[in-house]
Amino acid sequence: MITFTINGQEVQGQDGWTILEVARWHGIDIPTLCHYEAVEPYGACRLCVVEVDDGKRSRVVISCMYPIRSGIQVKTDSPRVANVRRWIVQLLLDESPGAPKIQELAKAFRVTPSRFKKEGVEFACHLCGLCIRACQEVVGVQALTFGNRGVLKEVTAPYHQRSTDCIRCGTCLYVCPTGAMEQLFPQVSAP
Amino acid sequence: MQITSIDDLQKAKGVGLAQLYPDKPKILVGMATCGLAAGAQKVYDFLSKKAQDAHWGGVVEKTGCIGFCYKEPLVDAILPGQPRVTYEQVTPEIAGALWEELAAGKIPEKQVMARIDVDDMILNGGPRKFYKGKLKGFLAKTPRYEDLDFFKLQRHIAMRNCGFIDPDNLLHYIARGGYFALYNALTAMTPDEVIAAVTTAGLRGRGGGGFPTGVKWASCRKAKGWPKYVLCNADEGDPGAYMDRSLIEGDPHSILEGMLIGAYAIGSSEGYIYVRAEYPLAVKTLQRAIFAAREAGLLGQNILGTGFSFDIKLNLGGGAFVCGESTALMASIEGKPGEPRAKYVHTVDKGLWDRPSNLNNVETWANVPVIIAKGADWYRDTGTEGSKGTKIFSLVGQVKNVGLVEVPMGVSIKDLVMEVGGGVPENREFKAIQIGGPSGGCIPKEHWGLPIDFDSLWDAGAIMGSGGMIVMDNSTCMVDVAKFFLDFLIDESCGKCIPCRLGLKRMREILEEFSAGKGSLEDLEELQSLSEAVKDGSLCALGGSAPNPVLTTLRYFRDEYEAHILQGKCPAAVCKDLITYSINPELCNGCTACVNECPQGAITGTKKEPHTLNASLCIKCGACFEVCKFGAVAVA
Ligand SMILES: Cc1cc2nc3c(=O)[nH]c(=O)nc-3n(C[C@H](O)[C@H](O)[C@H](O)COP(=O)(O)O)c2cc1C
Ligand code: SF4
Ligand code: SF4
Ligand code: SF4
Ligand code: FES
Ligand code: FES
Repeated sequence: MITFTINGQEVQGQDGWTILEVARWHGIDIPTLCHYEAVEPYGACRLCVVEVDDGKRSRVVISCMYPIRSGIQVKTDSPRVANVRRWIVQLLLDESPGAPKIQELAKAFRVTPSRFKKEGVEFACHLCGLCIRACQEVVGVQALTFGNRGVLKEVTAPYHQRSTDCIRCGTCLYVCPTGAMEQLFPQVSAP
Repeated sequence: MQITSIDDLQKAKGVGLAQLYPDKPKILVGMATCGLAAGAQKVYDFLSKKAQDAHWGGVVEKTGCIGFCYKEPLVDAILPGQPRVTYEQVTPEIAGALWEELAAGKIPEKQVMARIDVDDMILNGGPRKFYKGKLKGFLAKTPRYEDLDFFKLQRHIAMRNCGFIDPDNLLHYIARGGYFALYNALTAMTPDEVIAAVTTAGLRGRGGGGFPTGVKWASCRKAKGWPKYVLCNADEGDPGAYMDRSLIEGDPHSILEGMLIGAYAIGSSEGYIYVRAEYPLAVKTLQRAIFAAREAGLLGQNILGTGFSFDIKLNLGGGAFVCGESTALMASIEGKPGEPRAKYVHTVDKGLWDRPSNLNNVETWANVPVIIAKGADWYRDTGTEGSKGTKIFSLVGQVKNVGLVEVPMGVSIKDLVMEVGGGVPENREFKAIQIGGPSGGCIPKEHWGLPIDFDSLWDAGAIMGSGGMIVMDNSTCMVDVAKFFLDFLIDESCGKCIPCRLGLKRMREILEEFSAGKGSLEDLEELQSLSEAVKDGSLCALGGSAPNPVLTTLRYFRDEYEAHILQGKCPAAVCKDLITYSINPELCNGCTACVNECPQGAITGTKKEPHTLNASLCIKCGACFEVCKFGAVAVA
């Protein structure tokens, strides 16, 4: 058993657990977007950040991947953490103002659309990769992949050809937190 | 030539020395990429042909870059018993003139830049003087290279062989003490002693982070797992920086020897060099060096008869800047997309193919043989308390002497710019220096007394980075500079994590408003807090350091930001939306030069009468300003 603290409260977890797992076990809320129990963590949305003090220095890390170590002090809502989250929610909201999950987050963080809000897009894909990981790891099919990089990065079918591997199980549609898969699906799955 | 014992190594050294300094005249042409870009190939071909046709008794050879990139092509002549003489900006025509005299056994005076009296040969039993007695004639008046402003403060440790050897000649490398450190390590030191030497020497990674090299090696040695990998990062993607390229092109074996020593210390038998495919000459040079070392038995099984085995593979990088990041680099070698991943489990424990892996930068590796050969104490003599040794910088931008410089850690920014760099061009003033590449920081003139070492730069908000230095004068707008670096990083972001992919874009949008004179003081605060969110929230150090130019310009040039926002003025007259061009009738004599230059036809007037500029047609391209010889075009 590994013992450490979250927000001053002493908690315990098994070796190999992440901070997020221990926090959830103890009912401590940490927001997430690209995390889903059934698939490997990927670390893209950064919404689950916490501040970890290991006695030497204090760092902002992602709780969905940070393995617990004994004696660390975790803060789930420090000013640095709050600043990162607020901005992530702001950026997400401005990109896809129509997505219910993001509207929920925005409400919780009291964020409203800014003057840089994208016009004409309601459900943008945030490249969280959940659909791809779920398709590979849960369904066992490789119907989806990332294409391109940087600002052009996208979810697509391999080789940009509508995928005949897709069994149309709908798992990707289910896990997608933004609703973007609804729009992408016809382009990636061959009927 | 097989080199499988210390006797062989000694023999190779003898042969190499005889080739390096033969008893006959020698001409050296600097043929690294910088020299080639300036036309060195033609010069080399010309001189080789002349020598061949004349059945000349001397040799014409190529060598690497000694750092004087702005004076390339460089040609050196060594006549027996005479100092080595360096000629600058040698065109084939000038080479013709040089040849005539050299062929006649005379040392030419034309285009002479400097002379070298002694080759310091730091790894090989001390200095070797080129001549005895007193110099006469123009040679006596020619400055020694170490007395040139550009060189005075320099100290070539990593670049010890650059410009002195033919990089493709293994024997030249051995002649200057190469591979003796390896022999020493393998036969007289335990791996732990090697690590202790590197730790005591205080060597810190030259690839950006400045992580203590010995500590990294020790963790990798301790890590469980097999095989272990030793990797060299030669991905160098910073625009304008080419230290690593130059080291590879000038002295590839110093990197191989460093990796061999590291592999012995860590307990590895397999290495990779990840090199940018856009560096064709560096790739070829490495291929040839690896081949030569293998042929000689210095790579492969049972090296130098000690039982130690190690080999190196080359891996060509696809050219993305982010592939220089350690985890992205390893993913790329594995054949996966070059994307970073979280490093909460260190790569020394689980790196390439999830095996313990030790990655160091090209320059870091090149320093290793020196530490083993000269000892940790010798190495510690150079540098500052926390940063030992030297660092190579590529000095570019608004300075007179553009080039590669290797200086002791701790040299001040001022000395680097004003002495080594020769100051900014006439009639301009030094304003700031961007240190550490696109994600480094901008340090202003008030702080130019700052010693350049890892910790001082960090405290000032900049980073050592890989060593790119861009000098800016008072014609530079800091808001514009921040935009410029952000543009590069936005292009290079891999797009995986949100703070970097979307945050940098938003920072850019806010800056765009500023340079149009829009925005408020609150927006300055927003930019600051967004920068901090990107820094704290990003997955890898690309996003983690990308806000540095914005944060440092906000810190040191806040007044300039405020001028844009509050007064709608760009003090450096760069931001197009905030400037206007006009013609001063007092100064304009009606030469009409600007009329022909203006793409908009915005300037009209009769010949020999003051002209007028119609601001509503002007697109602010600045063509008239550039062309007017009378300073009559005003920009405000
Ligand atoms: C975006 C990015 C690009 C990088 N590019 C390089 C590079 O081109 N060369 C390099 O040696 N290190 C580069 N680094 C640093 C490496 O991740 C790593 O720290 C370094 O190679 C370790 O070697 P060192 O300890 O000898 O410096 C880069 C880091 C980041 C975040
Ligand atoms: S519907 Fe197709 S793409 Fe989506 S998870 Fe299932 S198989 Fe994969
Ligand atoms: S489509 Fe949905 S699940 Fe897939 S990456 Fe985009 S946002 Fe994530
Ligand atoms: S910080 Fe930028 S480059 Fe690094 S993983 Fe995130 S998106 Fe990619
Ligand atoms: S939930 Fe942890 S990074 Fe997305
Ligand atoms: S005099 Fe005005 S531009 Fe020539």
